[in-house]
This record gives sequence, structure tokens and C-alpha cells, in this order.
Amino acid sequence: MSEKKPALWLRIYTFFAYLFIYVPILVLIIFSFNSQKLNLHWQGFTLKWYDVMFHDQQILLATRNTLMIAFVSTLVATIIGTMAALAMQRYHFPFYNTSETLMYIPIVIPEVVMGISLLVFFVLIKFTLGLVTITLSHIAFNIPFVALVVRARLHGYDNAIDEAAMDLGANELTTFWRVTLPTIMPGVLSGAMLALTLSLDDYIITYFTAGPGSTTLPLRVYSMVRFVVTPEINALSTLWVLIVFVILVIGQVAQSRKA
Amino acid sequence: MNSNFAVEFHDVVKTFPTPEGGTVNAVDHVTLEIKHGEFFSFLGPSGCGKTTSLRMMAGFEWPTHGEVIINQKEMGHTPPYLRPVNTVFQSYALFQHMTVFQNIAFGLEMEKVPKPEITRRVGEALEMVKLGGMGRRKPKQLSGGQQQRIALARALVKRPEVLLLDEPLGALDLKLRKEMQLELKALQEQVGITFIYVTHDQEEALTMSNRIAVMNKGKALQIGGAVEIYERPNCRFVADFIGETNFLAGTIKAMTRDRVTVFLNTLNQEITGIWQGDLSVGQTVVVSIRPEKVRLADDDDKEIKDLRGTENLLRGKVVTTAYIGSDTRVVLDLGSGLRMRAWEQNAISTLDPDAYYSAGDAVRIYIPMENTLVLPEDVS
Amino acid sequence: MTTVPINKTVKKFSLVRALRENRVAQGLFLIFPANLYLFLLIVLPLLLVTGLSFLSRGDYGQVLFIFNPANYARLFNALYGKIMLFSLAVGLGTTLLCLLIGYPMAYYLAHAPSRTRSLLLFLILLPFWTNFIIRIYAWMMILRSGGFLDSILQWAHLTTAPLGLLYSPTAVMIGMVYEFLPFMVLPLYTSLEKIENSLLEAGADLGAPPWKAFLRITLPLSVPGMIAGTILTFIPAMGMFVVSDLLGGAKTILIGNVIRNQFLTARDWPFGSAASMILMLLTMVFTLYYTRKAGFGEELLV
Repeated sequence: MSEKKPALWLRIYTFFAYLFIYVPILVLIIFSFNSQKLNLHWQGFTLKWYDVMFHDQQILLATRNTLMIAFVSTLVATIIGTMAALAMQRYHFPFYNTSETLMYIPIVIPEVVMGISLLVFFVLIKFTLGLVTITLSHIAFNIPFVALVVRARLHGYDNAIDEAAMDLGANELTTFWRVTLPTIMPGVLSGAMLALTLSLDDYIITYFTAGPGSTTLPLRVYSMVRFVVTPEINALSTLWVLIVFVILVIGQVAQSRKA
Repeated sequence: MNSNFAVEFHDVVKTFPTPEGGTVNAVDHVTLEIKHGEFFSFLGPSGCGKTTSLRMMAGFEWPTHGEVIINQKEMGHTPPYLRPVNTVFQSYALFQHMTVFQNIAFGLEMEKVPKPEITRRVGEALEMVKLGGMGRRKPKQLSGGQQQRIALARALVKRPEVLLLDEPLGALDLKLRKEMQLELKALQEQVGITFIYVTHDQEEALTMSNRIAVMNKGKALQIGGAVEIYERPNCRFVADFIGETNFLAGTIKAMTRDRVTVFLNTLNQEITGIWQGDLSVGQTVVVSIRPEKVRLADDDDKEIKDLRGTENLLRGKVVTTAYIGSDTRVVLDLGSGLRMRAWEQNAISTLDPDAYYSAGDAVRIYIPMENTLVLPEDVS
Repeated sequence: MTTVPINKTVKKFSLVRALRENRVAQGLFLIFPANLYLFLLIVLPLLLVTGLSFLSRGDYGQVLFIFNPANYARLFNALYGKIMLFSLAVGLGTTLLCLLIGYPMAYYLAHAPSRTRSLLLFLILLPFWTNFIIRIYAWMMILRSGGFLDSILQWAHLTTAPLGLLYSPTAVMIGMVYEFLPFMVLPLYTSLEKIENSLLEAGADLGAPPWKAFLRITLPLSVPGMIAGTILTFIPAMGMFVVSDLLGGAKTILIGNVIRNQFLTARDWPFGSAASMILMLLTMVFTLYYTRKAGFGEELLV
């Protein structure tokens, strides 16, 4: 009995399921070209909302903030998270279990709870809310995710190559820099990618730790969705989807090239 | 006292904690000396301590007690990158993110060898392992055998005093393994440095080594050349581990300097042989008789040629025979539930069925006294 | 004969040397930044919230250091008790719906030919990488009176008046399921994909009809994936206030909304903290129960 193709009803069902997933996005994209301001009915084709969006100061500021926060938090979280992953996967030390649990807590608590707890914390130590607090918070939830990804990739690691490096004359630091790090780099990059995405996308935690002056793209989108509701949001959304799509496609092509 | 050995162990002990909470001596008071230019092998079952011993020479483990001396310097607690030894790993441990050239050049880079010299020496190393021209490739593009040679080249290019090899041929198929054994031996003779080799395959050890250390449960039971280990094992474990042998239990009745008479309990007869170890009259011992070292004859009353009068005589019945081609392997029943194996070389080519034993035949078993080895019952 | 360079610095700094030789020290050195950071920014804040949940609120919204366990009692009164039950229902409902809708999808993915499979996986991940608020907004557009759905239905003469789906529990459920579907499908897919064909062939060989083979072989073996997917769906769903904010209007309030309101508008931080603690408790109990049952699976590492 060779591998049977799945039943017809299953294929049809899956097709409609994917339709369900993509129709909203398509509607979004199509209506970004709608000339009617209220965006209720299709009136005519126009590109003016894209123009509006590109000149929207708030959006530009929010984009800049989001990128800065994402970059910094990814960098810091990747370093700390990779170190932690190495520690957990290759070493034994006292309080190992506690450290492991500590690492998993941010992943299992609801984002709301994490958000308000950070708010309480910053207010208590009288740290003004702003871009810095957002970045600090992003680092906090990024560290476990980076550690998780890197740890998973460390599973097949052949310790012998580190021993081989030392055997050939490299001390501990040189071994790490010339052998260990390059070998785990794909995993580290994966973790960094995840951290970047989580940071770019984050709303709930950012919401609670942002100050009055600081805005990020997700925060801005939210308030636009609540109050502004013109096709400008559609334009922004479409552009966002397009950029993500391009990046993912590049990522896939790069991966298949390597293999 | 000028010892001038390549590597020495002085009462080395390595203790590890066990999962249950206790400790175990992976290496248990081992003392040995390895000569310059020797091909020395550690042989034993898994867990015997051979790999741990090698790792203590390389510097990946440090002895709990005792001294590890390399080229007359005590190096027990020196990190691996400061020792004049290099290792060929069982898993090859090639750096996957580097090319073959970069892998081999790595050790020379660490020594800060100038670039043109690195290029020259790496080229030479590749030629030596017959892989010249493969410098640009990545390790995963190579076969297992080729990767093994790169690992070898990577270690040898540094011209170490001692080369350590940890079961390097384990992952290769039989034919390739046999080829590589000969190549490694030839290479060692050509380069002239000390090779210290770890294996669980006795044939491999016997083929390649000048001397072998047989290990079990952390102890080095016997150290000697292939002939010495095979013909004169000093304890039951070594006799059993190397080659095949038969064991008969008995008690010592009488002893001289070169001969010992043992009363075999189950067979209710005496047997005389040579002896090894710490023995005394009345002691329970085990008699080791290798299957190829006996002579069989039909149990009729015909005279047997070429007997010298220094043979033991046992009687038995054939249970099974196996014709291997070069010899016939026979399982004999000695009575009282005892069995014995005997191998007779098929020296004369004949198709006559009477020339070969068959099940049920009664036979006389002649065992020369020099082939009857009496050993202590247990050493460890 | 080569000379091995002696690294002089090894002898000088004994701290570095201790680090080099002692593996335990190395391990502690590597884990220390993460532990410190997470302790300061996760554990400490949570402890603060725990403490806060027992305090009282002053007239101007400040925090008074008066012990007040009534916060917790208030959570179980008629109003908030209902909200909590409703949140639980939404959480469970979302999880269940995602499971029901997602399982056939995951099954198809696991058995699709490999080229189609990578394409489909890519397609399922693509929306996940875009901002989720955008996707909820898309549903707002579709579901509101006179919006996309209404237009289509009226054009097809299936309805005559607007459905008024927006700002209702139904809309919230649609949004939640839409949001969390990939989180359920992917672990399920990973789990199902691991089931070897030979097992089903063995089942058929032993006389089981396809539906029985599914029930007795495939389904039980996909349980780790179901558990992973449930954890990835239920916990965030419980704390999600954005979806109910945008799609649910004033009528649909979840525990997440309560917490948000207490901290930002109503300024009753102790009460909000108490609500957070209850939410945490619910999710922790859930996680512990499930992971104890099946172990922390690698399905989570998709």
C-alpha cells in the first residue's frame, strides 16, 4: 500500500480553510486602493492613501522607534539568550532547575500579566516610561525565546570539535570564537530572527510600558484602527504584508540555496 | 635515572561520580611506560578505562591521583593546548564550517606559523594521506574514509611527539578498516612518532601494535607484545578476551618452577602444564587450553605418531563439527557436562569422509604441556 | 620538533584561570546574565504584583498600604464572576474550535506531497508574520454593518438587512480563532507528520478499517501535538484583550480587558493585580496539569 493521497473532502476542506485565512488579507489589500474615505463601499481606484501614509509624521516616527527598539532588544537578547542556552545544554551547575524554570516563565505567563507587572515595577523604581522601558521589556521576553531556539539547535552538537580545537592548540576563548560560535551560528541567527519578529510585532507589553510620548508601529496601528479608520490603515497594512512576504521569500530562497 | 619514555603513567587514578551518588574508578591505579616510536594499543571491552586513559594523555581529563608524564614533564593538570600531543577522534571532529585546508591549517595557525609555510605543510600533509588536491572541499562532501584521513592529517601536520588515536576506524566498513589498519601502521613506521591507539577490536590491536595493554574495569591487566599476550596471558580475563580458549577448573596438586600439576575436579583426572601468576599448592585455578593447540586422534588403540611424552590426554566424544575450509572446528563432550572446542588444521587435502570427524566419534585429545596454561581463578 | 608556545597569561590572572579550569564556574558565568535580568524584570515585578493584589486603593487612585483581601472576593461577585467564566469559556471555546478546524488541515498537510507541503506551510506562516492588529482590522472591515460580508450576502440575495456581526461575542470568537489557528495547526502538523506510514499499514494489515485506524492509531499518537497546540492557544487566549476590544465592543469583556481597564482607566491597581493573579493561576494550573501528563514536547519548538 503506497502513500495514499489524502481524501478529496480533505483537500476541499483545506482549500476553504486557507481561503478563510487569506480572504481578510486580500480584502485589506484591495480596499487600500479605495477612493472612498469611509471605506465602506468600493468607490474607485486610487493611490492617494499610500501617499498620505508616507507623509504621516506619526507613522514615520513610530516606524523609526519600532526598528530601533527591535534592533537593540534583539542584539542584547541574542547575546544573553545564547549564553544561557550554552549554559543549560552543556554544563552542570547548582540551581540548574531553578534557572531552567526561570527561563520558561516568560513564555507561559499571559502577556497582559507580564505587561502590568513591568508597569508596576517601573513605576515603583520611578523609572520614566518611554522607549528605554519598552526596550528593556522586549529584552525580557526575547531572552527565553532565543534561548529556546538555540538550545534546540545545540542538541546534535559534537563536543569533540571543541576538544579537537583545544587539542590543536586553541585556548578556551579561541575555541569558542573560532569553532563553537561559527558552528552554532545558524541556530543563533534563527533565535535572533524570532526575537526580531516578536519585538516588531509586540503590542500588549509595549502598550503597558510605553510612555505618553513614545509610540511604536503596533501602537500606532491600534489607535488608527480605533479612531482614524481611513484606507490609510489599509495602505500601511498592505505595505507591511508585502515587506514581510518579500523577506520570507528571500529567507526561503536563501535556505534552499544552502541545502 | 634517564627514563626517556614518550608517555608514562605513575599510579594514575581517575574517579567519576556515579548517577546513584557513589564514585567509580574509571582508571584504577595504572602504571605503565610507553617507549618513543612505539605503536602502543589499549585494548579492552567498553567501559574498561582505555578511552579515559587516552583522554588523560590528551588533557581532556585530569587524573584524580597519580602522575601523567609526557616527554619527561609532568603534565597531568596541563590544558590540552599546551601539550605536545595531538588526537585523532572517533567521530573525526572535523570543523564543518571550514574547508579541508582550513581544518588542517588550524593547528598551525595556533602556533603562529607564517602563511607560506602553512600552505606548504598542509599540502604535504594532504599528500601524505593521499588526498592531495582536496583542500577546497568541505568535510561533508567527503566520504567517511576520507574524513578520517583528514582528521589524521590535521593532527600529524603539527608534528607532535605523540599521536593519540581513539578508535579511529570504528565507523568504517570491514574492507576499508583492514586497508586503513595497514596504512596507519605503514604511516607510523614512516613518520616514526609514537602512536597510542585505543580499540576494542583485538584483531586490530594484534595486527598493528608493538605492544598492547589489555584493560578491564580500570586496571591494566597485562602489557606486552602480541605474542606474549596471546601465548602467555597472565589471567583468566586476558586469556578469554584475546582469541578463543577453553577453561577447565581444578586445584593445584604439585608445583615446580616450570611445571604445575592440577587435579581437574569434574573429570577426576590430573593434568600438567605451565603456569602464570601467583599460585600455590591447594589453590583453585583455571586451566586455559586454546582450541588450535590440541591434537585429536580416533579413540581406537592404534599408535599415534609424533607424540613426545609431554602431552596430557583427555578423552571425549564429538558433538558437532564445522568445516571452515582451512580448519575443522569440533565441539567435544568430555563427560560430566563439560565441553571443549578443538580446531584441527586441514593439512591434507582429501575428499575421504573418514578423514573428517563426525558427531558421535570417540576421540583422544592430546594437549602438550606447554599448551596447557594454568592461571589464577580471578585477578581483579 | 615544534615548540609549543607557553601562554604566559594563564599563570597571571587566577580568576580567569579558575573560570577556565572549572566547568561549574563556566556554566554559572554563562547563565548569570540571563538569570539576573529575568529575576529583575520578571520575578521581581510578579512578586510586586502579588503583593499589590492584597493592598487597597485610595480615593485618588493611589495605592494604600492597607491589607485588603476583598480584592479577591470582589473578583468572584456577580459581575466579575461572570466575566471570568466568560473568559474561561472564550478561552476553551477558542481552543476547541481551533482544534476542530485545525486538525483536518494539519492532517492534510502531514500527508500532502512534499512540494505542496512546503508551499502550504509557507502560506500558513505568512499571515503569522504580519501584525495581528492588522488582521483583526481586516475582520472589522468585513464584519461591520454594511461591510464586506454584508455586501456579499446582500448581493447574493441571502440576506436583506445588515447582520450586525461586529461588536458581538460571535465576532470575538471569529477573531480569536483566526488569530490562533496557526498556533494549533503547526504543532498538530509536527506531531502528525512524525507518525510513520508503516503504522497505518500495520493497522490495515491487521484488519482495521480507515476510520478505526484513525481513532485507535493516528489520534492517540497526535496527542502531544494537541497538547502543545492547546497550551499555545489557551494561555494567550485567556489574556487577550485586543480582540475583544476591537471586535467585541462594550458588550464583550474578558478578564484581560478587566485588567487593562483597572490599570489604565479605573486606576485600581490592587484590584487589577488580583485579577492578574487569578489569570496567572488559571494558566499555570492548566500548563502544569498538561505538561505533567505529557511532558514538555518539542512540538512547542516549531
